[in-house]
Amino acid sequence: MGMKILNIVAYPFIAFIVGMLYMGIARNIIGRIHRRWGPPVFQNLIDVFKLYRKREAGSHGVMFHLGPIIMVTGIVSCLYFVPLLNNGVWLKGFSFEGDLILVTYLMVLGSLGMALGVGQGGVPFGVMGVTRGLTRLIGLEIPYFIAIIVLMAHYNTASINKIMELQAGGITHWGMFKLPLAFIASLFSFWGMMGASPFDIPGAPQEVASGPATEFGGKYLALMMTSRGIFGFLKLTLWVDLFMGGAATILILIGKTFLLFLTVLFVSAVYSRFKVEQAVDFMWRYPTLIGLIALVIEMVR
Amino acid sequence: MCTDNPGVWEYIANWARKHSIWVLAYGTGCGAIELPPTMTSRYDAERFGLRGAATPRQADLLIISGYLATKSLKRVIRTYEQMYDPKYVMALGSCTINGGMYWDSYNTIKKLDLYIPVDVYVAGCMPRPEAIIQGIISLQKRIEEGKAEGAKKYRENIEWYKKNQREVLGDDFLPDYTWNFEGGI
Ligand code: SF4
Repeated sequence: MGMKILNIVAYPFIAFIVGMLYMGIARNIIGRIHRRWGPPVFQNLIDVFKLYRKREAGSHGVMFHLGPIIMVTGIVSCLYFVPLLNNGVWLKGFSFEGDLILVTYLMVLGSLGMALGVGQGGVPFGVMGVTRGLTRLIGLEIPYFIAIIVLMAHYNTASINKIMELQAGGITHWGMFKLPLAFIASLFSFWGMMGASPFDIPGAPQEVASGPATEFGGKYLALMMTSRGIFGFLKLTLWVDLFMGGAATILILIGKTFLLFLTVLFVSAVYSRFKVEQAVDFMWRYPTLIGLIALVIEMVR
Repeated sequence: MCTDNPGVWEYIANWARKHSIWVLAYGTGCGAIELPPTMTSRYDAERFGLRGAATPRQADLLIISGYLATKSLKRVIRTYEQMYDPKYVMALGSCTINGGMYWDSYNTIKKLDLYIPVDVYVAGCMPRPEAIIQGIISLQKRIEEGKAEGAKKYRENIEWYKKNQREVLGDDFLPDYTWNFEGGI
């Protein structure tokens, strides 16, 4: 019983700390790419702590207040359905047949809650950011859904745990080698969902003054940053679970997620931002095409 | 919150504030041109935890980079009031200290301290990035000692500040709700 409670409490904390450190490492590496020192790797943790300790934070009403809270709640409850480790009892999360579909639904809950909060703030930049984000989502989700369908058809299950079990037994059994085309298609969506550079449309500071976050400061912004850290780690773990065979220990998990994170980082350091319609256009063209080919191959097999 | 006898939390918080300063640069005058080199590869202010903020709501430090026309003063005050406590102001260049080479101009202000509380002045016309970084470091010292309490000072002396602001801005004045957060915004 005590262990179960510890397990549940540890879940968001691990995700938060690791996610925040990854964001700090990203800032540091991008600094090195610019040929400067960059901030320390724990800079984002300091930033979040500072934001929680701000003495003021203006609110525009109940929904504005609830927006960031719904965001954190949605993301943390989504996190519990993504197993961090694939054997033993530790950090396995709640799993049942069909949790992959639930996770797919819960992943957008956070942004929707945020959108409601932003709406009450009444800042045009925020509303523009939300609109851009939702438009982008239409593009991102198509290849992702296709890849998920291929995966579910191939393993004949909709449970993340089962998919992880079926990938056990060596690197050749991993989803990314068994279903390479589906993996590539989903990777584009993944970069987009991580907010990597060609697809960082909603919160573009130069265009819409950080978009949805425009009117949020102090503790609200801290909550948003917290959920961004947790969400980043959640997505990395989900992809590791689905395509890279999951992880047996926390060290392997960190190794694999970090490898995946490096792809995000290098893509975002090199490419500049798409326009909204360019991003949707791109997503509906190449990744979708690759995903459809993977689907046809899967159906023929 | 009380600075005479700060608790452990406040001490840690001040340490965090010192190492995470988000900058809103208000490019009013020529000094603004020295800010990009401060932030980019050559001088790399991100080493100290500095980072650009996109909006006043997220910012900690407001940098006024040069002379202020009365018209931009109004925007500066509004921006300052939208920032959340604790907040700091850095004034760059002689123009913000005594008017600089605009000392007899009819539509610029001479001393920024009269209108909003300034934490550090950086003298020079214009100050080099090294000087700006020096200013940041002295601001960090003030934050660590708990002396950078501009927002508190502003709230306590609001009558005086508003009187000074009204003298230059006249009837073309700001509404109260921009600084009074008490009942929500
Ligand atoms: S101090 Fe000099 S450089 Fe700065 S705004 Fe005034 S005239 Fe320009």
